[in-house]
Amino acid sequence: MDTNFSPEDLAFRDQVRTFFQDEFTAELAARISTTASHKTGIVEWQKILAKKGWIAPNWPVEHGGTGWSITQDYLFERERAAAGVPDVVPFGLKMVGQVIIAFGSEAQKQLFLPRIYNSDDWWCQGYSEPGAGSDLAALKTRAERDGDDYIVNGAKIWTSYAQYADWIFCLVRTDPTSNKQSGISFLLIEMKTPGITVNKIDSIDEKHTLNEVVFDNVHVPMANRIGEENKGWTYAKVLLAHERTAIAEIAKSGHYLAELKAIAKEEISGGKALMEDTLIQRRFANIEIELMALEFTELRVLSSFAEGKGPGPESSLLKIKGTEVQQAIQQLRMDLAGYYSGVVTGELSNEQIGHGFGDRARREFMYGRAATIYGGSNEVQKNITAKAVLGL
Amino acid sequence: MNFNLSEEQAMIKDSVARFVADDYNFDQRRQNVAMDKGFNPDNWQTFAALGWLSIPFPEALGGFGGNAVDTMVIMEEFGKGLVAEPYVATVLLFGGLLAHSGDGELQQQLIAKIIDGSLQGSFAYLERQSRFELSDVKTSAVAEGDNYRLNGEKTVVFNGSAADKIIISVRTSGEQYDENGISLFIVDADADGLNHTDYRLMDGQRAANISLNNVVVSKLQLIGELDQGFSLIQSVVTETTRAICAEAVGIMQKLTETTVEYSKTREQFGTAIGKFQALQHRMVDMFIAGEQTRSLLYRAVCSANANSDDSEKDLLALKVMVGRAGTLIGGEAIQLHGGMGMTDELDVGHYVKRLMMINTTFGDADYNQARFSKLLNR
Ligand SMILES: Cc1cc2nc3c(=O)[nH]c(=O)nc-3n(C[C@H](O)[C@H](O)[C@H](O)COP(=O)(O)OP(=O)(O)OC[C@H]3O[C@@H](n4cnc5c(N)ncnc54)[C@H](O)[C@@H]3O)c2cc1C
Repeated sequence: MDTNFSPEDLAFRDQVRTFFQDEFTAELAARISTTASHKTGIVEWQKILAKKGWIAPNWPVEHGGTGWSITQDYLFERERAAAGVPDVVPFGLKMVGQVIIAFGSEAQKQLFLPRIYNSDDWWCQGYSEPGAGSDLAALKTRAERDGDDYIVNGAKIWTSYAQYADWIFCLVRTDPTSNKQSGISFLLIEMKTPGITVNKIDSIDEKHTLNEVVFDNVHVPMANRIGEENKGWTYAKVLLAHERTAIAEIAKSGHYLAELKAIAKEEISGGKALMEDTLIQRRFANIEIELMALEFTELRVLSSFAEGKGPGPESSLLKIKGTEVQQAIQQLRMDLAGYYSGVVTGELSNEQIGHGFGDRARREFMYGRAATIYGGSNEVQKNITAKAVLGL
Repeated sequence: MNFNLSEEQAMIKDSVARFVADDYNFDQRRQNVAMDKGFNPDNWQTFAALGWLSIPFPEALGGFGGNAVDTMVIMEEFGKGLVAEPYVATVLLFGGLLAHSGDGELQQQLIAKIIDGSLQGSFAYLERQSRFELSDVKTSAVAEGDNYRLNGEKTVVFNGSAADKIIISVRTSGEQYDENGISLFIVDADADGLNHTDYRLMDGQRAANISLNNVVVSKLQLIGELDQGFSLIQSVVTETTRAICAEAVGIMQKLTETTVEYSKTREQFGTAIGKFQALQHRMVDMFIAGEQTRSLLYRAVCSANANSDDSEKDLLALKVMVGRAGTLIGGEAIQLHGGMGMTDELDVGHYVKRLMMINTTFGDADYNQARFSKLLNR
């Protein structure tokens, strides 16, 4: 047991820190946080990361991965979060990219991986359906063979950023006679294929993330299937564990908590800084203690990864506690903002409103409700843990 | 001892519930809050015609002479229907200040107009720096002969964009946080030097920041006693806090019912999700939290009606529990709806936002818990 950083690690950390400082400019950050320029800003940033060779640290080196140690991974994430740099869009780099690497054909690797690496394509994830959420294997979207194509019919729902996407990776039912997990295949579908409609879903955080994607006789070349027919579930399952670990966003929570401390020191109530209030101090303390534990839980999970074991059932633990801490932080940000948490800024400036962080507090709080729902809800994670870890 | 409503109160309850059922479904509400002023003026006239706008005012001022129970009844039903019309701002805050300040000619006139639905009002009590401290007032009023000159800015003024008249808390003497030296003036919304920046609140209602740049008012526009406005503010904020807590209890009940209903119809893994014990227990916790809050509401209402020494403590306890239980119930309502709970189309998120706004209004759970704690040693 040793968690000290070597001089090399510290030099690496400084290099990462300098990179983020130099390259992630305030101007770029502003463009990313503006709805109209969000996509182009993100893509521009990801191309900078790709050029540096740091866009896909966990990919195998031959496909552009960095081959970093888990300590380096950890330091990179920590510096990224501390610099307020958004995580890469997961659907391509962390999800379908991983599936293609693990289960794709040589042709698929050559075609898709470089484009994912360079953010030439925006991907979205088409798993959930109106009738198949927690019970994902109940999905009904049909893919029927027609010569060298599949013909896809059905609807996906809650598809994040489908409005930006060039490609969608989907779980579809190829064998309607076999039940549940066994008759599912994993397809890559180009969004501009005729027959695909994207319908916006308005959400409580007042931002456009969610969509319904409807497939009406959509032709998909058989060559766009990953692996074998009817084996899609096995490929998808690997992804789900990765997704869970990513959702925990522990480094980001640490960064947010630091932001909130600064706010609590500035905000005055009755002539005193909020941070002087013992109740507020205790709320900070409670969150920080959970976060300290989580940081080490994450390191434990990462090191079992490194030994070739993970991600196993303990990824559920990270997801559950990680999202709970996120929500505690979001609640705290709301409470620090007081009345201003309720003000919808719209086109007005912070100066006109009087406070800068209320609108953000509310949007993060509202969107943050979803973290305990997606990626396998926290209730489902507890079911998994009860079964797989406790043997109940 | 009984917890029954009087015949009259039951009638008020029924009439509000009927209005909500017939004329205030969620689509209609959506249209109402999208209107220019953030509410439907026709509904306001209906409220006037049904006598709801007169309920809290004393008979001497042309009102119904209702007590805390009457207001509770109407607010709880408003909560269930998520009614966005500015009853709190115009009737309870603005009207409440007028009613508590005496029964002179000004009060008679203006309250008559509130009751007949022709006057919208606001109470501007917050400032950028004030957070939840009602006595943190920097906006100044300086005497000039028979007039006062007002300068400063008020923020998050409920109904501030639609109000015809606004009552403003200003400092006429003393230092920034002093309770003494605060006075209340009533000004016309279109007075020279008064500007408002309008915006929407998360609950769909409207508010404004109001800047005062050398606004001149006559001393006749003073509401209550010079320098002694704070106790007036306290009385009205106390009553209004109780009222919005009643609204919150209505919302909690509605959210719990909606969630239970959804869990009976939503199927996953071949069964209604309401059959999962893990979720059943969570819904039972929502129900318990709502009922406990209702008990504190009744307690606060009874002690207010009895003018009891405990009324301050009872109200603080209620406000704390409204915040805590509201957070629990709102969070669970969304969670148990899964992805559906995240949609703007469903009413759940809107009820949750109103509950959150109520938590913040007049101090959140933490703030009022600290105030409650101070009473423990008395
Ligand atoms: C913001 C957001 C983004 C999303 N992005 C995507 C995306 O990009 N692509 C995609 O495919 N999907 C996406 N999803 C969908 C997400 O994966 C589903 O919402 C999730 O799987 C839950 O399914 P559901 O919404 O149908 O809820 P349901 O499955 O209907 O669940 C409702 C409630 O019941 C509980 N529950 C269900 N089963 C059990 C059980 N056995 N025991 C105890 N409790 C149970 C759930 O935990 C939940 O609280 C997104 C969702 C959200 C909210």
